[in-house]
Amino acid sequence: MTRGAHLVVEKDETMPVGTSDDVVRVRQAVRARAVEAGFGIVDQTKLVTAASEIARNTVDYGGGGTLRIEIVREGTRRGVQLTFSDSGPGIADISAAMTDGYTTGSGLGLGLSGAKRLSNEFSIDSSPGKGTIVTLARWKL
Amino acid sequence: MVSVRQAERNELRSGVLLPPASAEGSCVTAQSPSIPTEKQPRGKAMAKSRATILPELLQEDERTLLADWLALQKTAGALSSGQISDAELAENSRRFLAALRGAAATGQFIDITAPTWAETRAALEEVSRSRAARGLTPSETATFVFSLKEPLFDLLRQKVGKDADRLADEIWTATMLLDKLGLFTAEVFQKNREEIIARQQRELLELSTPVVRLWEGVLALPLIGTLDSERTQTVMESLLEEIVNSGAEIAIIDITGVPTVDTLVAQHLIKTVAAARLMGADCIISGIRPQIAQTIVHLGLELGVVSKATMADAFALALRRLGKTVVDRVPARPES
Amino acid sequence: MAEIPVLKIGDCLLVSIQVDMHDRLAMQLQDDLTNRIVGDRARGVMIDISALEIVDSFIGRMLNNIAAMSRVLDAVTVVVGMRPAVAITLVELGLSLTGVRTALNVDKGLALIREAIDDPGGALGRGEG
Repeated sequence: MTRGAHLVVEKDETMPVGTSDDVVRVRQAVRARAVEAGFGIVDQTKLVTAASEIARNTVDYGGGGTLRIEIVREGTRRGVQLTFSDSGPGIADISAAMTDGYTTGSGLGLGLSGAKRLSNEFSIDSSPGKGTIVTLARWKL
Repeated sequence: MVSVRQAERNELRSGVLLPPASAEGSCVTAQSPSIPTEKQPRGKAMAKSRATILPELLQEDERTLLADWLALQKTAGALSSGQISDAELAENSRRFLAALRGAAATGQFIDITAPTWAETRAALEEVSRSRAARGLTPSETATFVFSLKEPLFDLLRQKVGKDADRLADEIWTATMLLDKLGLFTAEVFQKNREEIIARQQRELLELSTPVVRLWEGVLALPLIGTLDSERTQTVMESLLEEIVNSGAEIAIIDITGVPTVDTLVAQHLIKTVAAARLMGADCIISGIRPQIAQTIVHLGLELGVVSKATMADAFALALRRLGKTVVDRVPARPES
Repeated sequence: MAEIPVLKIGDCLLVSIQVDMHDRLAMQLQDDLTNRIVGDRARGVMIDISALEIVDSFIGRMLNNIAAMSRVLDAVTVVVGMRPAVAITLVELGLSLTGVRTALNVDKGLALIREAIDDPGGALGRGEG
């Protein structure tokens, strides 16, 4: 992800994402950080929903992993960056995974493409055997 | 004076009006003057041996200075346009001079960001804020400080005028200090202006997104002006919030006042309609001018919602959907 | 494990989701509702989500599934009380609630169920009028 010259990390925390209870905790933690970063209710909701999608993927398909939540500041704007990592099987065909799969009712595509639409920045680093790292960020308008 | 001028040139080159470090103690302490030695360059000698009389002057002649300064400011401008009252100007000036006196007494004139200058900065921030709010220019505001130079130099001339070199030094010290304070005032002014503009923008944003309760169960959102992303988000949220608060199942979005409808605007409208639908309310778009209807067809846009040319038509439709009819009232027969 | 209470009002079932559900709870709700529709011969299911701050694709799928199952059992599903921020997010997410009717609150939801049950053809329903 490209970055401006001065990216300051104001707050940094890591949490496990292994069970469906963890997914609930992820939502609460991301909500709290979004509030701290000064997000309005709509931006909060979009970020937490995106986090919920990826967290669930991490649990269901990634065999569990971790989430790093950072409150960041770049110049005058503030945002929240989420990094989900797992050492699961990885995604073989990322572009296929990213296509809209809502109507099929199954598969990874549902969470990934949706989360991307809800984020200002989004990137996936994954390949079979390498695990998966999904990074997404939302900035306060 | 040669070495001091050289120092001045050095500082101006680097863009900072600060005396060179070597002369750091130059205008500082109220030491008792000592006899300059011939071996040192004159500037440095004065730096170490001759203290400025500013602190003393500010202490003893504060009242005269204040009176002269006030008189000058009144003729200068701010008061003549009637924007600042006598009383306020007097209070601003008095406060500033008092603070200046206090800060100068500590002997440190170089760094006005130091804690000893806090009260002075506060006094200037107050002046700056109130003048920014009144719409005065940065120059008019900074002039508050710069106008002090004339009465101050007059006083200095009275005190040390006989000694040209000394007078020059004193004026130099005073100028440097007042320049820094004047610039500080201008910077604070700028920051205040930006905050005021930001606040006004927010208020304007709120004003331009009024949601109207047309009838029991019918809301209207007359949109005026261009719909940019931020404004549209605010608009969407206001409308949806009002739908929840009023329990209205029909919302009329009127775009008569929207000059152009391009793909982006249409997308925003479509999203708003879809969100309202998810919540359990229906939208009707009204104010579709012929050109807009053409643009929509031309761009292949699918609004996905009923649209009407006028708000009146939309309102009539809304009433029908709610099962209401408008009837003419039969005039009462006069008693025979 | 905590359960989400299902209330019976006449021939309708009312579910009010108050907690941030984890996936197991959501699946359990789906099962419970299906059983209750059959057991109570319910004609309508109302799901009140006014307390939900988040509706993600999983919850969306759950709602769609409940609607699909109740339709098979000849019952109508209405989702009420969706929050504006949730609605905006769902639109952005691209999730559509198929087969799910929506209403602003419980009162309107019950009216909608009545209308749907009494007039399944929809002649009295929304339209140009």
